[in-house]
Amino acid sequence: MSIADYYNFVIIPILGLSVILVFIRFLKGPSIADRVISLDMLILMAIGIVVIYSIIHDQSTFLDIAMLFALIAFLGTVAFAYYLEERRKRDE
Amino acid sequence: MNEIIAMVLTTIGALFVLSTSLAMVRKRDVYLRINVTTKTATLGLGLILGAAMVYFNEYSVTTRVLATIIFVGLTAPIGGHMLARAAYINKTEKWEGMKIDDLAGQYDPKKDILHSKKKNTKFEPPTDYDKPSTK
Repeated sequence: MSIADYYNFVIIPILGLSVILVFIRFLKGPSIADRVISLDMLILMAIGIVVIYSIIHDQSTFLDIAMLFALIAFLGTVAFAYYLEERRKRDE
Repeated sequence: MNEIIAMVLTTIGALFVLSTSLAMVRKRDVYLRINVTTKTATLGLGLILGAAMVYFNEYSVTTRVLATIIFVGLTAPIGGHMLARAAYINKTEKWEGMKIDDLAGQYDPKKDILHSKKKNTKFEPPTDYDKPSTK
């Protein structure tokens, strides 16, 4: 059993199942903060999937995309948190 | 040998990520979910990235992976903290089983200050999470 087979048939289904579970919370989430944190979690898991694919295809160039995703996840979370605070101030 | 170490590290990391996403569905509060996410996701992601570091075994890949691990480990807790603070100030409903609320009465909505000592400002998020909202 090669490493590509193991990743294709064991690790990718585990990560796919976790993406589905987090996406359920993304659709259900009662508040905006739930949706923002599940979006952050989705991007973090996308980093993991990109790393797995870079090992499967033996291309280390894909890791640049993983770094880019980390930057985008942090920017998105901080921007949404700032927006939530400012929106409450403007409402009052 | 490198492949076996990479497989073991990836398996542990993927199981951590799976436990995090189960907790995202099962936990009953925004604050609990943020807490679980920012701790476990960084650990699982760090293990998966470490597997890539072990598998490729080159200097360029190692520096990139270490930079990503440090960046995620620094910024995910900061983002979670900012989001939890914004959710608390926004009066997101907390679970009624929450026993200790350390921030109760410390936020002043008029002056927009979050004090670090008890000021008794009577600011608390509502606790009716399980009931439908009446707005």
